[in-house]
Amino acid sequence: MDLTNAYANLPADLLASAPMVLLAILGLVAVVIDSFSNDTPWVPRLAGIGLGLAFVWELTRIADPAGTAFYGMIRTGGYASFVNMIILLGAGLSVELCGPYLSRIKHNYGEVYAIVLFATVGMMLLGTANNLVAVFVGLETMSISLYILTGLVRDDEGAIESALKYFLLGAFATGFFLYGIALIYGATGSFDLMEIGAAVAANGTSVLFWAGVGLLLVGFFFKVSAVPFHMWTPDVYQGAPTTITGFMSTASKTAGFASLILVLYTAVPAAGVTQVLAIVALITMVLGNILAIAQTNVKRMLAYSSVAHAGYVLVGLAAGTPEGYSGALYYMLIYTLMNIGAFGVIALLEWDEKGGREQTLDSLAGIGHRKPLLGWTMVVFMFSLSGFPPFGGFMGKVAVFGPAIDSGLIWLAICGVLASAISAYYYLRVLVVFFMKTEDEVRVPVATGAFPVPMTSAAVLVVCAAALVVLGVYPQLLELTESYFSAASVAALP
Amino acid sequence: MSNITSIVIFLPLAGAILTMLSRGNAIKWTALVVTCVTFLASLLILNGFDPAVSTATSPQMADLIDGWFGDRLDIKYFVGIDGLNILLILLTTLLGPIVVLSSWTYIGKNHRAYYTLLLILQTGVTGVFASYDIFLFYIFFELTLIPMYFIIGIWGGEDRVYAAVKFVLYTLVGSLLMLVALLALGYMAGDAVNGGVFTTDWYKLVSFNMPLEQQSWLFLLFALAFAIKVPLFPLHTWLPDAHVQAPTGGSVILAGVLLKMGTYGLVKFCLPFFPDAAREYAMMFAVLAVIGIVYGALVSRAQTDAKKLVAYSSVSHLGFVVLGIFAFTTEALQGAVIQMINHGISTGALFLIVGMLYERRHTREMSDYGGLAKSVPVLTFFMIFTVLASAGLPGLNGFVGEFMILMGSFKSTVIGSPLLIAFATSGVILAAVYLLWMVHRMFWGQLESDENRFMPDLNARELALLAPLVILMVWMGFGPKPFLDLSEPATTHLLQIIEDKQAYDPAEVPRLVYDGTHFVPAAAEEPIALR
Repeated sequence: MDLTNAYANLPADLLASAPMVLLAILGLVAVVIDSFSNDTPWVPRLAGIGLGLAFVWELTRIADPAGTAFYGMIRTGGYASFVNMIILLGAGLSVELCGPYLSRIKHNYGEVYAIVLFATVGMMLLGTANNLVAVFVGLETMSISLYILTGLVRDDEGAIESALKYFLLGAFATGFFLYGIALIYGATGSFDLMEIGAAVAANGTSVLFWAGVGLLLVGFFFKVSAVPFHMWTPDVYQGAPTTITGFMSTASKTAGFASLILVLYTAVPAAGVTQVLAIVALITMVLGNILAIAQTNVKRMLAYSSVAHAGYVLVGLAAGTPEGYSGALYYMLIYTLMNIGAFGVIALLEWDEKGGREQTLDSLAGIGHRKPLLGWTMVVFMFSLSGFPPFGGFMGKVAVFGPAIDSGLIWLAICGVLASAISAYYYLRVLVVFFMKTEDEVRVPVATGAFPVPMTSAAVLVVCAAALVVLGVYPQLLELTESYFSAASVAALP
Repeated sequence: MSNITSIVIFLPLAGAILTMLSRGNAIKWTALVVTCVTFLASLLILNGFDPAVSTATSPQMADLIDGWFGDRLDIKYFVGIDGLNILLILLTTLLGPIVVLSSWTYIGKNHRAYYTLLLILQTGVTGVFASYDIFLFYIFFELTLIPMYFIIGIWGGEDRVYAAVKFVLYTLVGSLLMLVALLALGYMAGDAVNGGVFTTDWYKLVSFNMPLEQQSWLFLLFALAFAIKVPLFPLHTWLPDAHVQAPTGGSVILAGVLLKMGTYGLVKFCLPFFPDAAREYAMMFAVLAVIGIVYGALVSRAQTDAKKLVAYSSVSHLGFVVLGIFAFTTEALQGAVIQMINHGISTGALFLIVGMLYERRHTREMSDYGGLAKSVPVLTFFMIFTVLASAGLPGLNGFVGEFMILMGSFKSTVIGSPLLIAFATSGVILAAVYLLWMVHRMFWGQLESDENRFMPDLNARELALLAPLVILMVWMGFGPKPFLDLSEPATTHLLQIIEDKQAYDPAEVPRLVYDGTHFVPAAAEEPIALR
């Protein structure tokens, strides 16, 4: 790496990664403010504004040509901006939901927002990294922040247990990941994804390379909670504060998948991993959905559901075509909206004062009639999650299953739709309880709280629901996501 | 009027927004006005439709929005009217106000949600019938599930949750498998007839001829989804639950038009897309249809619950429709089309009357009634009329469809088994048995309880909603010609497509074009016309 022009290139590189820089600085500022004026409402406001600005910045750049910054360490341009946009959307909506929720459970610390900002920076770095070292740095920045956020309710044993479990298993997965990077470096002599791809194209693959790819995949599968590396998911999702769970389940998965797509697209010959991805996708979809049926706790059910959704995205990756990758990207946008919405509704309906850990679904009988806004937005989220048109979830599924069918993975698509028919059972059960059960039909005490809905939270839910309808009936964004994988955008890279 | 098809489809959806914003009694009235206006608008369709004009290259009154998904996927908003769907669309818009009126006092809670969902449902159903793009069809097809799920689940009887979930899951399994087949078909046809661009345009898919092995699995996945919807024996078990638990309005829509989405799908998609496979499996479907006819009738006879009896009678009646579809003769196919309408009218009316009795007595058990002919003569008149129509008495509508189906399938060379048709014919007799037996138990005999003795007869609203159906029963029974004329050219054309496609070996001729009278092989260099 020739660093003679490092200082000359610095302004351009900083500008290309402006949102990341902005959020990192804001995170530091938030820490400083919080240390002088404890838990002031200005910290969440600052975080919200920063995330909003960064979101708009990225949104205006989603059609840019591809490029790199910092000597090929990160990608810039359309793909990177689109990924960052999803991550920032997830982070921004979650921060808006967090304020009222964390105040209600009396853990609205200022540092939460600083850590969310650091996590977001990590995710953005992970999602756009063009170099395995940058991938690793992003992954760790994100993961360590998330370990802390999971244990946010620090006076609660359950939350601490979740955080510790997440930390130990996560550290273990990181080890696999790092070892995988080392082996790939050994096989190809580079950390740069493009150079690895070029080396593989020139010299072919070796056992060492595939061993490295396998270990790398283990790390990725852990982060996106694909079966059989999903064991941590239900416990962590259940133990973390609900709005933080929404953030973790969407933004971190988006970052993980975005990075995995880049690795698969640029560095690994698709034919070599298709079968592995297809089989992991299959067991993830089937097991995630079947285990979700048995849950009585909503957060745990949504945790297994998010496992299953990772499986759907993997179907798109298994297709190994530009259409498949673009479908997976589109799916992550939709998944972010519907999952944040679902966790947002559940957060507002939480009454057990234990972060919803002991709250059964049945205790919410008839809530849809008492809280129509929460009820009917939940209708959109549940039908979207189960993949009904005209909501986004349906278009997302078409966008990942279609390319898989086109690549001849019809068996996988058939298993996938059958798994999603299973999922309809538990998603609909939420609506059954919300709208069709009366209080005397369930055998548990029914929540009687007033459940105030703050304006900002209501706005977040309505925005998510409306966006899902729009993306469901007007899926032209798919054309844009596909353009990221056209030959021109690859050729444009230095 | 331009865009009339789209107006008829989306007027109820616009009305749904209005009902959502209304309060109190205004909700019902808004729903009633919107459905009435939609019905009047649909008469413009009837007025503008000319059965003689060929729909071989474009439906009439077509609306088309291209590039909905961008250039890479040839999926479009494409709706139009032809001889197959015009009657079904008119039936849907006619049942709209009737269903609203039937719910006037029946629905006790959450009026706003109920009428909003009802209107969304109507948009979904009309869209299903009008779609000329199979992806669009799929979206409308699934869109009908959501409102129906809530209508059964919130306003239904004691086991409403079980019935609603069963209804959705059954249909969903079928339709999701159809989605896989649809996507696969779109990619295959795209490669063969659309220059490599994924397509779901009905006309392009029809012009695509594929080998039997491919046709077979696609056909079976499509047919499974439709067979569940119809429902064809042995996939019918969701139907009695859904019907019995649904509120009257829901039952009427379900029997009247939702079930027709299955039979319509078989006619519109399965036959012309996969003619070889459809012939290959025709016997299987015919046998299942006949089993459904006889089994449905026998199970109806065994019911003690009036609504369940009517529900099982649907299984039996729709067996006739499926039999007619797989006979591959003009008479039978026309009979099937007309029988769809007949069943919608007469079974719809039966559910309305059973619902009126339920509203008065809060029981569906036939043994709780008896001797009603003395206390409610007007209601009895309508009941007997409807029962006779449903049982296929000559001179009323039911006879026309069943007769044409039986005659057509008797001649059918594809089925080629007079014995099977003889069994099917027994269904007509059995229908008279179980329906008249129901009338006997509920309307003849002695009045035993005061509730039955002082039961109020039909009021003006109930008369108003039954009258148009009864008029149609007589009209279609005595003068079916105008109705048959509407669908005659379309059914002939459909069978012609099947014949043409079978004349060529798909391996050599994957792509056909319409030359004005027949489908002929497309010249290799002929450019692919993008719509």
